[in-house]
Amino acid sequence: MYTYNDFDEAFVRERVAQFSGQVARRIDGSLTEEEFRPLRLMNGLYLQLHAYMLRVAIPYGTINPDQMDQLALIAEKFDKGYGHFTTRQNIQYNWPKLPDVPAILEALADVGMHAIQTSGNTIRNVTADHFAGAAADEAYDPRPVAELIRQWSTDHPEFQFLPRKFKVAVTGASHDRAVVRAHDIGVVLKEQNGVKGAEVIVGGGLGRTPMVGKTLNEFVPFADLLPYIEATVSVWNLLGRRDNKYKARIKITVHEHGIDDIRARVEERFTQIKPTFGGIDMEMLAQIEQHFVAPIFANKPVDAYTRAYENDPVFRAWADTNLAAHKNEDYSIVTISLKKPGATPGDASADQMRSMAQLARDYGHDELRISHEQNVILPHVHKSNLPALHAVLKGNDLATANAGLISDIIACPGMDYCALATARSIPVAQGIATRFDELKLEHEIGQLKIKISGCINACGHHHVGHIGILGLDRAGVENYQITLGGDGTETTVIGDRTGPGFAYDEIIPAIERLVHAYLNARLDAEETFLQAYRRLGMAPFKEALYPPKEEKANAA
Amino acid sequence: MSVIVQDGGFIADDFIGEWLDLTSDTDPATLKQYAGSAAIRIDFPAFSDGRGFTLAKILRLSGFTGRLRANGHVIADQYAMARRSGFDEVSISDELATRQPQEQWLARADWQAHDYQARVRRPATAS
Repeated sequence: MYTYNDFDEAFVRERVAQFSGQVARRIDGSLTEEEFRPLRLMNGLYLQLHAYMLRVAIPYGTINPDQMDQLALIAEKFDKGYGHFTTRQNIQYNWPKLPDVPAILEALADVGMHAIQTSGNTIRNVTADHFAGAAADEAYDPRPVAELIRQWSTDHPEFQFLPRKFKVAVTGASHDRAVVRAHDIGVVLKEQNGVKGAEVIVGGGLGRTPMVGKTLNEFVPFADLLPYIEATVSVWNLLGRRDNKYKARIKITVHEHGIDDIRARVEERFTQIKPTFGGIDMEMLAQIEQHFVAPIFANKPVDAYTRAYENDPVFRAWADTNLAAHKNEDYSIVTISLKKPGATPGDASADQMRSMAQLARDYGHDELRISHEQNVILPHVHKSNLPALHAVLKGNDLATANAGLISDIIACPGMDYCALATARSIPVAQGIATRFDELKLEHEIGQLKIKISGCINACGHHHVGHIGILGLDRAGVENYQITLGGDGTETTVIGDRTGPGFAYDEIIPAIERLVHAYLNARLDAEETFLQAYRRLGMAPFKEALYPPKEEKANAA
Repeated sequence: MSVIVQDGGFIADDFIGEWLDLTSDTDPATLKQYAGSAAIRIDFPAFSDGRGFTLAKILRLSGFTGRLRANGHVIADQYAMARRSGFDEVSISDELATRQPQEQWLARADWQAHDYQARVRRPATAS
């Protein structure tokens, strides 16, 4: 794992001092509220519905046990004892007090963490495949490149007042777990004629105008990657619309000008910028790679795992859903679900954070990850340790066996926290999870991704949910629109809207009808919801969602 | 009236000559022709309009070596960004200079320290 060098350390300390000064200068009037706002945002501090919210970066989702312990400490000391893991591999604290924020940032700096550029019109926290360095299908570890991009983008002098936010995601596996085609820039690592580099995808994004990213360049060698990304952001910084914030993202710029026009501009800017890079970045990358060498894997029998799998049905159910294939076949990647039915998706208490940190120390080679699906990952667990690990998870309310299933829902904070929200998300997620838990149908249904956003900005990624739910406000009443067939992987598709929305008390029964329609229509248990939708199209699902009026009357 | 800010603090305007004034929406494709100018001022209509930083950078990349001034609503917190992007100095209103006095700008005069950009752009050491 990457550890700060003296430069990184001095940088974050200086930044904390600057922000403390900015808070003081806001109070003494040197900074107007308007001037202070982007400064606090670029340090991760939002003003929410009820209080300030501090968003802390977990770069490319990688975190060590000491850092996780510190997040727990901050949750207890400065918040209400919990934190919320987000879809962009950050953690949010919902109740910090403004005067405490410098102390929180100092506590983060103590463990090599920060809240820089987690908000504002800046290049945001760089995200990556949460199975990086562990997944069986991985060709290249995305973390070293992501760390290099983090360093390049941090405090970039040209890019602190961009037209709008700018998000970068990196993957190096055949299966895209980082949703790279829904980012402003997606980086897919590859090799060409023995040279390492990346495909650069641009202009993806969700929000009110969802777009699938387009290939800007099939192959950019590593030596050109930073100048190429810089050229792209540079072109957009001048070309992106500043007259309407809803049209400011690069996806709109690409849409309005066309990908070929953007490519030509980027190529031209690249030739200007490239000579300003002296080449040390490739040496830095080689050094960063040393931080991400695989742990020394244990070579021992896996009998304990096999025994537990054969004899303990609870363990088996959890193993079947929450383990993923590791590149070392004696190991597993463990998903710790933060989606217990009835709980807030992505929330973890301080005690839970500490127990996960300790599990990483005891069984996980000191590594944890945060997934964009708002779960915590232990990327390297020897199979023989899984039964003991599972027992600890059970004792801490963390053993929910639902990774990838219907109750493993992504939900934005919605109207319970967010100033932008037009509807509640969390109670809908809780309601669906609780309902299907009662029905005991979850494992029968199989792989099904439900994603819920509480407003059109789509923080809950509803466009790429197999079932997407968008909460809107219709004349003061919450109304939930459904989309079907969305997909956030290497085959990214924006879901199709079914028709009129549903009231708050109708949305959970509507989802239930949809799922029953799927169960009735699928060829066999192997055909997932998404596959069935692709085969059958909208018709049978629409019929289930909007039954003819008289039938409804009879049913009632 | 306006106040000029440089690394040494506030100074009285000492420039005698003609400024070439560029707005923040200047088309970057037109910048090359100004490379031989003596002095260019780029307008910052609002501090949140970050286009001026990239325009400055492109002007420098196009070979402009004259005096480059960020003119308008630039706040002290942006001084390091302006210098790192290629500006020599910032010109602000008297009102802003009163609200954000000299020491707040001097606090950012160490713009060469803690600079990730300078770090990732150093020359390669290996041949």
